Amino acid sequence: MERSVDSELRQLKEKILTMGGYVEKALDDSLKALIQRKPELFDNVYEVEKEVNQKHIEVDEACLRILARQAPMAADLRLVVAVIKINTDLERMGDQAVNISHNAKRYITEPPLKPLIDLPRMAEEVRAMVRFSLDAFVRGDVALAEKVLAMDDLVDGLKNQIYRELITYIVGDPKVTERALNLILIARNLERLGDHATNIAEDVIFAISGKDIRHGGGAGAQAGSTQK
Amino acid sequence: MANPILETKEVSAWFGKHQAVRGISFSAEPNTINAMIGPSGCGKSTFLRCLNRLHEEVEGARVEGSVLLSKEDIYGQGVDPVAVRRRIGMVFQKPNPFPSMSVFDNVAAGLRLAGIHKRSVLAEVVERSLVQAALWEEVKDKLKQPGTSLSGGQQQRLCIARALAVNPPVLLMDEPTSALDPISTAKIEELLVNLKNDVTIVIVTHNMQQAARISDQTCFFLTGELVEAGETSRIFTNPQDTRTEQYITGRFG
Repeated sequence: MERSVDSELRQLKEKILTMGGYVEKALDDSLKALIQRKPELFDNVYEVEKEVNQKHIEVDEACLRILARQAPMAADLRLVVAVIKINTDLERMGDQAVNISHNAKRYITEPPLKPLIDLPRMAEEVRAMVRFSLDAFVRGDVALAEKVLAMDDLVDGLKNQIYRELITYIVGDPKVTERALNLILIARNLERLGDHATNIAEDVIFAISGKDIRHGGGAGAQAGSTQK
Repeated sequence: MANPILETKEVSAWFGKHQAVRGISFSAEPNTINAMIGPSGCGKSTFLRCLNRLHEEVEGARVEGSVLLSKEDIYGQGVDPVAVRRRIGMVFQKPNPFPSMSVFDNVAAGLRLAGIHKRSVLAEVVERSLVQAALWEEVKDKLKQPGTSLSGGQQQRLCIARALAVNPPVLLMDEPTSALDPISTAKIEELLVNLKNDVTIVIVTHNMQQAARISDQTCFFLTGELVEAGETSRIFTNPQDTRTEQYITGRFG
């Protein structure tokens, strides 16, 4: 027998998935616009981000309604709490895609500073993190969520590498500063996207297993256990 | 647990040949509210009635195991069940004030049974108990009226005052708010949270939100067994047993 909360939770998951799909689309388009130098794609990003914002509000309303009317418990409660947080992360990820677009727009109006090698690599990793974190959410796959956590270190490493390289360009020729800075900002935007995907992965682990692994809490912090 | 006031060891209970409670070991720390939840017929009320030797009053009923109140077995040899019930009070589902008695006499009944008849002592204890039960302000001018003239919620608080009058360290409650409206229920819940400063409470409730709101420990019963007991916030956010999870998320029961 299906409980009435089941269909509401299912709809909530679907909303998050749709929202995640929009975020992936916005990210893809912003990166394609940068790498393939296609400024016409930026408008897509701005349009899709509006959809993300719309879903942001809808998901919050749905969570509030479920908490008020269903008083969910245990795994249901953890899922709703996780969704409230994932919702915030996804909305911020949409904003970061827009930020990438703003920075890329400025960058591609001028000739390329250098062939882009590490940045597309970093973008691939971040896209995979976003995809895996959402897949982990849909499938309730803790192992996949843990994989996302591991990927974040690689992304942070790539960001530092990109920073170092571009700073040597600036030092070598200050006239390239603006172009180099735009790329540095994009690397920073990607790194933040990776952090949000990491947050989602942590929330998925909490929702599925009840374990709070944030801030090094991996050693047995459990939902509902208070420190005494 | 560090120093339980109430502890059971392998308590089993039968109605004739039917075993309703199966080897339950449970303990309650002083000044806590302990909620018993589970589907109908899971044995939680029967277990509650084992805790003050009420179960054995049913014909053909039998209890095994031990129940320790402050380390002393209430099923020990020579222990008087009536004396036990003075120390472990009980409040039932439906408010049951003694119909022929006034508000005052209802609260004083337990003391009179214990041989206390001095008017000034009775008056003092009746007032203290009614204050403790958060009823004094509403009935202080109606002490001579019949207890049954009060509203349902007031009658239930009168029963709580009656139970408190003999100063029990433990109070058992069997679905004490199931017959009350939400306002009266909220008053009783608030009262229980205040009362735990003075008594340890074991409450059977079908209202899971009530257990989540007021209790410190929650125990989940199923087919006569204690499936899981633990800190209430943990039980309701992260139960360890799948049967507990299924019950509190409404998948059965």
